[in-house]
Amino acid sequence: MKVSITVNGVRHENDVEPRTLLVHYLRDTLGLTGTHVGCDTTQCGACTVALNGQIVKSCTIFAVQADGSNVLTIEGLQRGDKLHPVQAGFWEEHGLQCGFCTPGMIMAGWGLLKENPNPTEAEIRRALDGNICRCTGYQNIVRAIQWAAKNGRPEDYSYDGSAPDVPDKATYPSPHTVGTGR
Amino acid sequence: MAVMRLVGARVKRAEDPRLITGRSTYTDDVRLVDALYAKFHRSPIAHGRIKSVNLDAARRVPGVVAVYTAEDLGEFPEPIPGGGNITGMQVVRRYPLVHDKKVRQVGDPIALVVATSRAAAEDGANAVEVDYEELPAVVDMEAAMKPDAPKLYDDWKNNVAYHVEVGDRAAVDAAMKGAHKVASLRIVNQRLVGNPMETRSVVAKWDQGPQELTVWVSSQAPHLAKTFIASSVGLPEHKVHVIVPEVGGGFGVKIDTYGEEIALSRAAMMLGRPVKWTEDRSEHFVATVQGRGQVCYIDLGVDQNGKFLALRSRIVADLGAHQQMNTAVVPTLSNLMLSGAYDIPAIFGELDAVMTNTPPTGAYRGAGRPEALYMIERVVDVAARELGMDPAELRRRNFIAADKFPFTTKTGVTYDSGNYAPALEKALQLVGYDELRAEQARLRQEGKRLLGIGLSTYVEICGMGPSAAMGGIGWDSATVRFDPTGKVTVLTGVSPHGQGQETTFAQIVHDELGVPFEDVTVLHGDTRVVQYGIGTFGSRGLAVGGAALMRAIERVRNKAKQVAAHLLEASVDDVVYDQGRMYVRGTPSKAVTIQEVAQVCMLGVQRLPQEIEPGLEGQGRFEPTNFTWPFGTHVCVVEIDAETGELQLRKIVAVDDCGKIISPMLVEGQVHGGLAQGIGQALFEGAKWDDSGQPVTGSLMDYAMPLASELCEFQLDHTETPTPVNPLGAKGVGEAGTIGICPAVVNAVVDALSHLGVKDVEMPITSEKIWRILHQGEGR
Repeated sequence: MKVSITVNGVRHENDVEPRTLLVHYLRDTLGLTGTHVGCDTTQCGACTVALNGQIVKSCTIFAVQADGSNVLTIEGLQRGDKLHPVQAGFWEEHGLQCGFCTPGMIMAGWGLLKENPNPTEAEIRRALDGNICRCTGYQNIVRAIQWAAKNGRPEDYSYDGSAPDVPDKATYPSPHTVGTGR
Repeated sequence: MAVMRLVGARVKRAEDPRLITGRSTYTDDVRLVDALYAKFHRSPIAHGRIKSVNLDAARRVPGVVAVYTAEDLGEFPEPIPGGGNITGMQVVRRYPLVHDKKVRQVGDPIALVVATSRAAAEDGANAVEVDYEELPAVVDMEAAMKPDAPKLYDDWKNNVAYHVEVGDRAAVDAAMKGAHKVASLRIVNQRLVGNPMETRSVVAKWDQGPQELTVWVSSQAPHLAKTFIASSVGLPEHKVHVIVPEVGGGFGVKIDTYGEEIALSRAAMMLGRPVKWTEDRSEHFVATVQGRGQVCYIDLGVDQNGKFLALRSRIVADLGAHQQMNTAVVPTLSNLMLSGAYDIPAIFGELDAVMTNTPPTGAYRGAGRPEALYMIERVVDVAARELGMDPAELRRRNFIAADKFPFTTKTGVTYDSGNYAPALEKALQLVGYDELRAEQARLRQEGKRLLGIGLSTYVEICGMGPSAAMGGIGWDSATVRFDPTGKVTVLTGVSPHGQGQETTFAQIVHDELGVPFEDVTVLHGDTRVVQYGIGTFGSRGLAVGGAALMRAIERVRNKAKQVAAHLLEASVDDVVYDQGRMYVRGTPSKAVTIQEVAQVCMLGVQRLPQEIEPGLEGQGRFEPTNFTWPFGTHVCVVEIDAETGELQLRKIVAVDDCGKIISPMLVEGQVHGGLAQGIGQALFEGAKWDDSGQPVTGSLMDYAMPLASELCEFQLDHTETPTPVNPLGAKGVGEAGTIGICPAVVNAVVDALSHLGVKDVEMPITSEKIWRILHQGEGR
């Protein structure tokens, strides 16, 4: 099927198998390998991207569902040489070790601060429950997002994801955890 | 001007810019022209004989290029690395695909499908048809020891791979007779799944021209992978090139060289095209080694004053269905650790290692030490309760005294250095122990919330280790190489995958050689770039790899001084090396810099006398004389809702002594992550199978990993007791958090419920388990 998807401001037109997941489209078709696959079942959040300004897990969306949409991935956050405040926060506060969950974590942090510029620690932790990190115990990820909240400006989150045909947001799966063995 | 020292300072990581921008390369990110994708068809049953395999349908799937069974892949000169050399052990080795017509766990690989796309490979693997004669499975390790248990290996006498003993049985029996009290427990250390966020991944490429194999693999031990792949596939080792790119966590499960690496290498050679395989998460639950899996029976004899007289343990360790690289050895580490942080005059431990129809166990953060520490720290709490003594006081009375180091335990190992009491006192003070005890009593009266305070005073084995105790692979290597412009490349034989040694090693080079931090690049993981080394595991990156780096630095410095002496027309003995400047003692104003020396060494060699060789490079290898033995005290405070059983972590305090701290920020990160994994075992994680051997926890939907909102802020502190084992004085800190906190959490829960007569709660401690204790009287 033909899709037209704008990723990090660049419009792409491709022919994809209907069963292609958005994450595989980003990684395999476009070569944007910063978005990772960690679990295949929507728990870990390593594949988190923004779709029309709303963070989603790209392993749980078909590429064809994103037709006509605007996608922001980790590769699109930086402005020239300047790191996005959430990226800078992760560096400043040692918010990563192996780095595999990090792109998803940064996108989740971006999504949180876009909606809530001054979250409490509890709000940050709750917002990260759809993203699993095996290395850091989350403490420095929380600090990284606090750093970004303190050092960012509203325009850092101004990306509104506007695209010609914005699908109904309610059709996307929640970025939060569904069934994690509890 | 004095240059600020970076060792001991908080330095932002050199690794991070590529990772936070999504521009690093993990194995699955490696994209090669003409690449094919692989998928394994795996056994859906836990135990059975293969009657027939039909590949016709799989071969007809569009996009499928090849389908292989064990016969099709051809002969392998060597099996997958594994087995073991423990005296009297029943050993079994296996090949990349099931080769003896018998499956022994769900997930055993039967066929390899290679196709032009990931999706086509999956379709092909699903189309493989296998007919089985199903056999009864045995999942429970104690059941597997019974004479009538189903046997995994037909030619074995039973399922027990080995039995080993440590210590003095007679001395323990005698001491127990004279004990005032004997505290006893049966303890289950449940099976854990490593779950690095990046699963395993392999890309194999065969170059027809030079007849060379290149393998990209997510591994903790690149050079071992090269040696093992070469010998299994049957290639001369210098024709095999292993590249370990970015690795998304390992935690022990990526030390092994697995069958998938070997199968893909062979397939790439047969097809003449690159082949990629990335484990999916569900596959990780069956195809990768797992952690823990022990049942322990432990007795601790104490006198009236609480002095420990004797400790006896019997461990049953679950090896799973196969013997991977570290499967056999991990449980033996538990036996070595039986003395914990205590001076115990008599110890006896026996260990039975048993095969079951489950995935193999192996190294997972802590590997053998957490199991031992857990049973010791749990039984010490039971003893305290039986004596009516405060658990902190009982520990204090039994610590190995600071003046007794080096201390040889009754299990025959020698602790390098230690001073245990200050860490305990510091932790108690930080957590506010006395106030908490008062609050606990008050809350118990009120009856709505239950407070529990749990301690663990751990010691562990790090800096792995002396080769004599490590099957010959205890050492590691480093090269420090200058460019003519004075920039430095460090090649390290260890293989960091989150630990941050690209930063730590640059800090050390900065301080020792006086070159700017930004001028140092640390390379690792590419066997054609880096000299042979062993890898990263067992908290050895800094303690062994860093020690090798110190040797390399020493050699470079000596060479530089020799060159400087010539340029300054002085005797080398008079030359001082001072933060990158070399001058004759007493005349610091007339100096040559290390950058000038590097330039002369490579592009100004005419200025050197014949006897000085060109080049500025040093190599170091370090073989430790002992393990290192970090220690500390962890405290956990939990609050339980007496109505719902809901548990909340209120406070976690960790006071660790990992010897000399080079990079405080990275130590903090290591401890945080370790704590999360230890808490994970105590409260959330646990792999389960039904009686037929089917995984009940087969993905992250069923297996609970700790989440951000379930953990609390960790409060850390340190004492610093350097090790004499290596020149850095650093002991290693990768595993401390996991080892120390787990028993503290369980001790806290049991403490909260102890007034109900609760002596033990099996991990993972869910709120449901607590509710059953509170309302149905279970476990009292």
